[in-house]
Amino acid sequence: MSAGEAPTTVRRDGGVGTDASRPDGTLKVTGEFAYGSDLWMDDMLWGVTLRSPHPHARIRSVDVGLALAVPGVFAVLTADDVPGELYYGLEIADQPVLAKDKVLYQGEPVALVAADHPETARRACARIVVDYDVLEPVTDARTALGHGTNSPSEDLHPEDPPVVENSREAALLRPEGNQIRHLKIRKGDVEAAAAAADVVVSGEYEVGMQDQAFLGPESGLAVPAEDGGVDLFVSTQWLHVDQQQICRALGLPPEKVRLTLAGVGGAFGGREDLSMHAHACLLALRTGKPVKMSYNREESFFGHVHRHPARLHYEHGFTRDGDLLFVRARIWLDGGAYASSSAAVVGNAGLMGVGPYVVPNVRMDCWGAYTNNPPCGAMRGFGAVQAAFAYESQMDKGAAALGMDPVEVRVRNAMREGSVAPTGQVVDSAAPVAELLRRLQAMPMPAPPHDGFHDADLTAMPGGVSNTTHGEGVRRGVGWAVGYKNIGFSEGFDDFSTARVRLEMTGGEPTVTVHTAAAEVGQGLVTVQQQIARTELGVDRVVVAPADTAVGSGGSTSASRQTYVTGGAVQEACRRVRSAVLARAGRDDWADVRDDLAAVLGDEAVEETVIWRHRPTEAVDPDTGQGNAHVQYAFAAHRAVVDVDVELGLVKVVEMACTQDVGRAINPLAVVGQIHGGSAQGMGLAVMEEVVVTDGIIRNPSFTDYLIPTILDMPPMQVEVLELPDPHAPYGLRGVGEPPTVSSGPAVLAAIRDATGQFLTRVPVRPEDITHP
Amino acid sequence: MRVDMTVNGERRQADDVWEGESLLYVLRERLGLPGSKNACEQGECGSCSVYLDGEVVCACLVAAGQAAGREVVTVEGLADDAGDTEASVSAGLHPVQQAFLDAGAVQCGFCTPGLVVAVHDLLARNPSPDDAEIREALAGNLCRCTGYESILVAVRDAAGRLR
Repeated sequence: MSAGEAPTTVRRDGGVGTDASRPDGTLKVTGEFAYGSDLWMDDMLWGVTLRSPHPHARIRSVDVGLALAVPGVFAVLTADDVPGELYYGLEIADQPVLAKDKVLYQGEPVALVAADHPETARRACARIVVDYDVLEPVTDARTALGHGTNSPSEDLHPEDPPVVENSREAALLRPEGNQIRHLKIRKGDVEAAAAAADVVVSGEYEVGMQDQAFLGPESGLAVPAEDGGVDLFVSTQWLHVDQQQICRALGLPPEKVRLTLAGVGGAFGGREDLSMHAHACLLALRTGKPVKMSYNREESFFGHVHRHPARLHYEHGFTRDGDLLFVRARIWLDGGAYASSSAAVVGNAGLMGVGPYVVPNVRMDCWGAYTNNPPCGAMRGFGAVQAAFAYESQMDKGAAALGMDPVEVRVRNAMREGSVAPTGQVVDSAAPVAELLRRLQAMPMPAPPHDGFHDADLTAMPGGVSNTTHGEGVRRGVGWAVGYKNIGFSEGFDDFSTARVRLEMTGGEPTVTVHTAAAEVGQGLVTVQQQIARTELGVDRVVVAPADTAVGSGGSTSASRQTYVTGGAVQEACRRVRSAVLARAGRDDWADVRDDLAAVLGDEAVEETVIWRHRPTEAVDPDTGQGNAHVQYAFAAHRAVVDVDVELGLVKVVEMACTQDVGRAINPLAVVGQIHGGSAQGMGLAVMEEVVVTDGIIRNPSFTDYLIPTILDMPPMQVEVLELPDPHAPYGLRGVGEPPTVSSGPAVLAAIRDATGQFLTRVPVRPEDITHP
Repeated sequence: MRVDMTVNGERRQADDVWEGESLLYVLRERLGLPGSKNACEQGECGSCSVYLDGEVVCACLVAAGQAAGREVVTVEGLADDAGDTEASVSAGLHPVQQAFLDAGAVQCGFCTPGLVVAVHDLLARNPSPDDAEIREALAGNLCRCTGYESILVAVRDAAGRLR
């Protein structure tokens, strides 16, 4: 590995460290960029999904006769039409491609229709008759696990489903009843520490279910091929893990199931699991025609996993000087009906559950449970987000009990390089927790409320143009939070990416083509790939080939890992191309050879393919949670300023400030964009975003009722980016996308508490939580 | 039914339109103009914003038949009215589009066409909006990637380019 080396060629315009423009930018601003939902072929059909209206029911029968009789319908499929394995999953193959015998959540796919018009398909769907025997749903994670109730609930997955090959937790999972995973950390002597502590604070916290709310719906086009296989063009996060799962369902080998990335309208974790992928392929293979599927917004709420709702019980003990002695915590994550990536989310929530602090004694228990609620899985921050609301609330509670400033308590206990994490892992690169907080303190505060609020613009008021206040009852508050997130896949997962780089002369100019299967979802990986190639090879013209399964896996676009891992693969492939060209030229100075490429290459191309891995990680001990589970941590801190109408419980976020260490900003403009967007999503969870589920039924599956921040909700931000290189990572970089989502919400929650004087324990904070605590 | 309309300055005709189809569906699926996006199809996100006889509307909320005989301008047609664009604007782009690129206001880009139309409309009505006016004007356009900061930068920049 080329750890932390400085780029060996000259920094060029558009290279590493510059605000290079997106190669897909022009197409995106003109409306020509092809997202999955824009794909179109002559003679294509539309696929539509029939979903269960019940969260828990047995299926007595499915009658598709009336649907098949609708003119314009080409196929109606049920579980009996799945030619391969019925069950699939990211880590545990527990989810049916189409429900057979039973449904375990509202919205579970039961049947598929392909027709020549989407409305025809929807009408045919409505004529499928499913006879359900409706059962009582299990809707509480603790009840599902038999924790704290007298009546253990029914086992939702009585038979152990197989753990799939690519599982992040393959060695660890022993599903017992409704338990997906139980992560334990046992470090030090918590009982002795509790006896010695001067100040002990405890709290019970709750985090609601959040939706990724990417704007581009789940969509794709499946095209049957002459070889009996299928080509799928789809908006997704990891082509190769999709391919594995689709192959299982279709009973086809990988060479007959070829995937190409369609334009992706945001992801944020919500496209890690299959949605319409296998369904469109099944319909295309059955009808012999191209089949497009594209969910509408309501269906999208049922078509992907959400962020796990959580209940968290914490106890923190300090010395009277403010040193943390112990943390005792129990976290319950509601995984919903199917496992998805719950096991890894449980791992993250538990392993990072005490926050970026040095805690000598830790007892942590974190469970993931099966229920009949919507399946939950990956969303930006992946378990670290839920825990941060609790541990940062506890730090504030501790500071208050100690009579200390909340920032000082954090700084005093801050993790730093060389610290030991609760897993026993030594933090072996920069961990500037204290510095992030100090820099945040040094940033200017927003102007105080003007003239006691009375002259202010209504849009600056809580309640906005609803004209609910002109400043009466409005109080300002300030809150602080810091958080951290593991970068890359952890706990022993073989995390790699593949890059193919070709150098050749085209039109008299040297041209580099970079080909990977890594998914660009909006974050700017395509730009980063170009920048790395420009820096490594000193060539301006770099083409990023479409991502597809014709090249090896790029791994998932998740865990803030692509710039690190696919970036590392592209860097290494470029260096091998450079070596090969130098060898061919019999020279050793790349700057010389680069200016002479026409002569050295002639009309031949030099191409290298590299599989690149980050440092290996280890599974943690199942009884103690000890082990070097993570390859890298990334840290961010936020300060939030809010105005709260304490009479109506309405919140206006006035400003957010963020400091974050990114190791090395490959594209500073894109880095700041990630920090802005990630902060907005964390803020949304603190004040407005919740998938409301009662009795297993989603009550608000629309953008009318599920609110994400608008430009009026999102405040101005100050951002300061630190670049403290990680010597183990390419260019010293650190993953960027998730840390701001971890700390922004807790800072907003703390600010609302500061404004209201109420120790709020639940996010999102609802008006009634403030007015009727 | 058959629907005739003027789209981006050209007479266009769509045949076999089902009465329940929206203007958005006809633009995207029948006229080969998928630039207007289908993020919510219920008028909440602004991704399908187009001009209908000069007014910005959500194309998802307009029945195709309501657009018959009228004039539609989509994101695909905006660069055509860029006129004498300055040297810093790439060929084929409107200054609003260029400003979005330069500011880093484009990530996944799914909201971008709707925002470009909304900003185009805002700056035609108000060449020098302050931040509060920009926020008010764009409150109907959801973006999930950017946190809106770079969009504000883009609008200020586009206003400067167009003045």
